[in-house]
Amino acid sequence: MDIIVEGFKQAAQLLWSLDPEVLGIALLSLKVSGFATLISLLIGITVGTVVALTTFPGKKVIVSVVNTGMGLPPVVVGLFVSILLWRNGPLGFLELLYTPTAIVIAQSIIATPIVMGITIGAMQNLPSNLKLQIRALGATRMQMVFMLIKEARLPLMAGVMAGFGGVISEVGASIMVGGNVKGYTRVLTTATVMETGRGNFEIAIALSIILLLFCFLINYFLTLIQQRERPR
Amino acid sequence: MSFKKLFVVLTALCALVAGSVVPGGAAQKTVILATTTSTQDSGLLDVLVPMFEKQTGYLVKTISVGSGQAMKMGEKGEADVLLVHSPDAEKKFMADGFGVDRQLVMHNDFVLLGPAADPARVKGSKTSADAFKKIASANALFLSRGDNSGTHAKEKGLWKGAGINPEGQKWYQQTGLGMGETLNVASEKGGYTISDRGTWLALNKKKHLALTILVQGEPKLLNIYHVIEVNPAKWPKVNTAGAKAFGDFMLNKKTQDIIRTFGVKEFGNPLFFPDAGKDPKSLGL
Repeated sequence: MDIIVEGFKQAAQLLWSLDPEVLGIALLSLKVSGFATLISLLIGITVGTVVALTTFPGKKVIVSVVNTGMGLPPVVVGLFVSILLWRNGPLGFLELLYTPTAIVIAQSIIATPIVMGITIGAMQNLPSNLKLQIRALGATRMQMVFMLIKEARLPLMAGVMAGFGGVISEVGASIMVGGNVKGYTRVLTTATVMETGRGNFEIAIALSIILLLFCFLINYFLTLIQQRERPR
Repeated sequence: MSFKKLFVVLTALCALVAGSVVPGGAAQKTVILATTTSTQDSGLLDVLVPMFEKQTGYLVKTISVGSGQAMKMGEKGEADVLLVHSPDAEKKFMADGFGVDRQLVMHNDFVLLGPAADPARVKGSKTSADAFKKIASANALFLSRGDNSGTHAKEKGLWKGAGINPEGQKWYQQTGLGMGETLNVASEKGGYTISDRGTWLALNKKKHLALTILVQGEPKLLNIYHVIEVNPAKWPKVNTAGAKAFGDFMLNKKTQDIIRTFGVKEFGNPLFFPDAGKDPKSLGL
């Protein structure tokens, strides 16, 4: 028990004193995962909307693939991304392995199917008459799509939270492609793993508490946006 | 806010964050150092790497894995310089032409640890071979790292020396984890294990482990670290100058002095002994 109490004390201390190293780690976590979530939103919502609103042969297969991707194991993503990014691998010339960009790439791959899957579900859940109604009011195709996305914003916001929550708490892929380089690619999760290995349980607990705090604050913020207007 | 606007804002945000996350090209030359968990977990590299970076301007990417994986990275040209402790594998690495310069840096030693109750009555064994025989005949739980690290290689060598093949035995369990985690598992499960003294001292001070040193001081238990530069002839992308600079840095007098005193203040004992320029034979190799 003492160790947990001590962890809380250390977390408070680290936060209170604005420890520059911890601050840097926390900030990088936010940046990397935030950026990865943004990329996954752009791709996930766009492609997800197209898939949901159109019919084409093989649609069921595509949706199944996306749904499988929602549970993509991060270590598998980490393994394949690092093989691609190896110096002597196919994308080695980009010199991206062990950089924050590499973590963004891996995390985007993890988050995109989550956002896409939730988008497809949300769009397909809209009442089927809505489309006709919007078209009847004289909307262009583009306007209709934006109207529909707007209608589905509550579940879409859940997609944002799921995507962000998935990547900021992820460790396997981050450590494989980022390498946990001090002051450069060390994020909250990889730092926690390392401090645990070193036996610095108090610091590990403190980092975990900071991670949880971040997740909560961001989800609280997103929930505020989501719940601003109650659904009809 | 319309969703068109939201998309514009999102895209702008992306660009903004990209600017701050994506490093400005390869402006700063980087050195990829593949090393063992022991050098990282002991905290030694946290002291040495920033010094090296300040002196030379290189950015060091320290990838801490087991010695086995570190050498694999060297074989594939994915690292520039290695700091490892697995002498037999290192010799093979050099013989196969993957490294250009292999130099003695420092040593510490391995200790055989076990629960204070010592169910296999190992305490008092003269040699590690005796101790290992006793553990095997008592079917006492032994935790192996099983991760191809230098420590794992040493441990396998010690079993061989004792004439025992523990693989597949019920009492022989592989954690597949680094040294720190394996010590935790051994402590929690009341098993025997071997560890480098540095990690043991560092971890035991922070978390009082339910383990005690049972065998130590045998020359066979020395844990010797070499720095190896990866051969640029095999892999043209290797940062030769950076690797050489790091090798030189590890061997220079000032660094060696820091290694000598590292940990003394905190643990009362040094964690590593500097060996630059020494004849390996003087260590009983």
